[in-house]
Amino acid sequence: MKSGKIPNQVLQVGLVFLIVGATMILVRQRFIPESFGELGHYRADAVEVNASHEIQFAGWQACAECHDDVVATKNSSFHRTLSCETCHGPAAEHAREEAEEDPPLPTGKELCLTCHRYLVSRPTGFPQIIEDRHEPAKACHSCHDPHDPVPSERPESCAGCHATISRVIAVSHHAPLDCEVCHEAEPEHFLRPRAHLPRKPFERDFCGNCHAAGIETPANFRGVDLTALDIPKIEQDTHGGTLLCWQCHYQHSPEAR
Amino acid sequence: MPKNYERREFLADLVKFPCATLLLGVSGPIKALASAGDEYQASEHHYAMGVQIEKCIGCGKCVEACKIENDVPMEPYYFRTWIERYIIYADGEVSVDSPNGGIDGFPPIESEKAILRTFFVPKLCNHCENPPCVQVCPVGATFKTQDGVILVDDDYCIGCRYCIQACPYGARFLDPRTHTAGKCTFCYHRITDGLLPACVEICPTQARIFGELDKLSTPLNRMMRQSNIQVLKAHMNTEPKVFYSDLDGEVR
Ligand code: HEC
Ligand code: HEC
Ligand code: HEC
Ligand code: HEC
Ligand code: HEC
Ligand code: HEC
Ligand code: HEC
Ligand code: HEC
Repeated sequence: MKSGKIPNQVLQVGLVFLIVGATMILVRQRFIPESFGELGHYRADAVEVNASHEIQFAGWQACAECHDDVVATKNSSFHRTLSCETCHGPAAEHAREEAEEDPPLPTGKELCLTCHRYLVSRPTGFPQIIEDRHEPAKACHSCHDPHDPVPSERPESCAGCHATISRVIAVSHHAPLDCEVCHEAEPEHFLRPRAHLPRKPFERDFCGNCHAAGIETPANFRGVDLTALDIPKIEQDTHGGTLLCWQCHYQHSPEAR
Repeated sequence: MPKNYERREFLADLVKFPCATLLLGVSGPIKALASAGDEYQASEHHYAMGVQIEKCIGCGKCVEACKIENDVPMEPYYFRTWIERYIIYADGEVSVDSPNGGIDGFPPIESEKAILRTFFVPKLCNHCENPPCVQVCPVGATFKTQDGVILVDDDYCIGCRYCIQACPYGARFLDPRTHTAGKCTFCYHRITDGLLPACVEICPTQARIFGELDKLSTPLNRMMRQSNIQVLKAHMNTEPKVFYSDLDGEVR
């Protein structure tokens, strides 16, 4: 046997390895797509595919270019947080090229009611109506401008907006007390409620005006004739420790239990 | 030149220099290509969403907008985002409903029982930092991008449903038309174009806040620093990136 000659067995095994290796490289090339692994264990090109989807909602800023008047009105109204397309539907195509068809004018009641129909689960303070009792015969937009919805008249009482509290207090021990006994509300609160918030009591002494034992309660406290009322008394210094009264008693429906 | 520039150092530099120039030479044009114009740079962003429970009115406009924007099948089984209504009764019973994902709003509550608390919870993919769905994908067809968004590679997905099983939030479905996995992308095509996700754009009460996680002066970070923040199923260690403020303990 000449030295240097590779034995046959080795050649055969080598061939097998070569074939397996080559197949593996081929398979890898065939099955691992281009751009795989560039950014991580995925096809980098897929990011581009995801990013190239067509846009349907243009965003309200896009409308300003041509409908600046509506945008300005809407942005300073109660509906300022709404996007144009929340009501008019997707309008990217319209905004891009003034497509043949204008976006629809959603004049039906259902649109307004999806947001304003009374539902207990909605956050307190959100303006809601009971449709059967709120001008059921007329279209909403005949009284409210959808781009600047203001109640066309000033509500007469606090109950117009604070219905829940009014209902609760009316059947409570504090029923004889008007809201103003405890809250000083400027008239502006009726028109722009959030910009002019009324005052709330902030100290224990306030409730003590009526409830503290030993303190001479004025016969007339902010318009309420207290002489006719049988007001339960407590030792203000000790009762309830240092907590505020309304940490234990709900002020709009106090209970002594 | 340093004082003791020795031969060893000189030789090392001799090797380093051409390597560096070579690298620069190659990467230069690539970078230039990528940053041509104001091209979007994924690595400069890190997205998340905030949801303010106390602002959601359950109108369902986000669900509708999402389906339109992303061409999601309209049938009531496929949602990238949906709204759940939680009702906690005085006797302790908790009921959750989501009629057609809330796309048409919610009907009044039928039950006569006394209600303790009730509220709406918008849900969507949580774009986890540790996404279980990405871990189980056998072909690398779902992945986390550099800006932290979990996407699906439609051309490469084999429709095996592993990711749907793995998602603890039920945020994925199998698209009946393509037989590939569907899910929220944070509207990747919109955010990379400087727009907000459709659900955020359309939300009438700003209950949804979208933005950068790593920048301080953003609506998202302001909200996160000033509210009581929770995430869903925190115990699963998925590190979700949808942050809820004032979430009730009953929400799963
Ligand atoms: C390039 C200019 C342009 C842009 C941008 C644009 N519009 Fe328009 N839009 C028009 C014109 C022109 C009309 C037709 C006006 C008319 O009929 O009085 C119109 C009509 C409409 C109408 C119907 C009005 C009617 O009386 O029937 C609506 C609704 C509307 N646009 C909404 C939008 C919204 C929402 C956007 C933003 C997504 C938008 N537009 C962006 C130009 C524009
Ligand atoms: C609360 C839902 C709502 C929102 C938000 C809204 N619209 Fe409208 N819009 C309506 C309705 C309803 C009408 C039809 C009013 C009518 O016929 O009296 C209308 C009418 C219009 C018209 C035609 C009549 C007109 O007043 O000029 C245009 C144009 C229009 N909207 C554009 C816009 C743009 C632009 C925005 C965003 C700045 C916007 N809308 C936001 C509900 C809405
Ligand atoms: C997508 C939800 C949505 C739709 C649709 C909608 N609104 Fe509103 N509306 C709101 C929000 C949000 C406010 C602001 C509430 C607040 O200030 O807390 C509001 C405020 C109002 C107010 C002021 C109430 C007050 O006194 O605080 C009126 C009136 C009103 N909307 C009427 C309408 C009418 C009429 C329509 C139909 C054309 C309509 N809304 C459609 C969400 C909606
Ligand atoms: C005939 C005129 C008229 C029509 C029609 C009308 N409203 Fe009103 N709306 C008012 C007036 C007046 C107020 C303020 C007094 C009140 O609260 O009752 C008001 C108040 C509201 C408020 C604020 C309530 C609150 O608690 O702050 C909302 C929301 C509202 N309307 C929505 C609607 C919707 C939705 C429709 C259509 C289904 C509608 N309105 C139809 C006159 C009207
Ligand atoms: C036009 C509707 C409207 C009327 C009428 C109205 N309020 Fe309000 N009130 C509101 C709104 C809206 C808020 C803010 C609620 C919120 O931010 O959640 C508010 C808030 C308040 C607050 C809470 C302030 C705070 O700091 O939290 C008090 C107290 C209050 N109102 C008392 C009254 C009293 C008393 C009256 C009658 C004299 C009255 N309101 C009439 C709409 C109204
Ligand atoms: C016995 C005094 C008292 C009366 C009467 C009263 N309130 Fe209050 N109210 C309070 C106190 C005290 C607070 C502050 C509670 C707190 O800071 O947590 C308060 C808070 C509020 C708030 C804000 C917190 C909330 O519960 O939403 C509103 C709104 C409000 N009152 C409205 C009214 C209205 C409307 C009436 C009349 C129907 C009324 N209140 C009558 C004592 C009173
Ligand atoms: C203007 C006087 C007045 C003020 C101020 C006042 N109350 Fe009262 N309160 C009354 C009267 C009157 C009654 C009892 C009415 C009745 O049952 O005949 C009462 C009853 C109560 C009761 C007993 C209820 C029961 O079950 O018997 C509690 C508790 C109470 N108030 C708590 C408070 C708290 C807390 C405050 C401060 C936020 C407060 N009150 C402020 C007049 C007042
Ligand atoms: C730590 C909780 C707590 C606090 C804080 C608290 N209360 Fe009470 N309060 C009670 C309980 C419990 C009762 C019923 C049992 C009793 O009489 O001690 C009661 C009873 C009352 C009664 C009825 C007394 C009677 O004889 O019927 C009044 C009036 C009252 N509280 C007013 C107040 C006022 C005013 C304050 C603030 C200065 C206040 N409470 C703070 C827990 C509290």
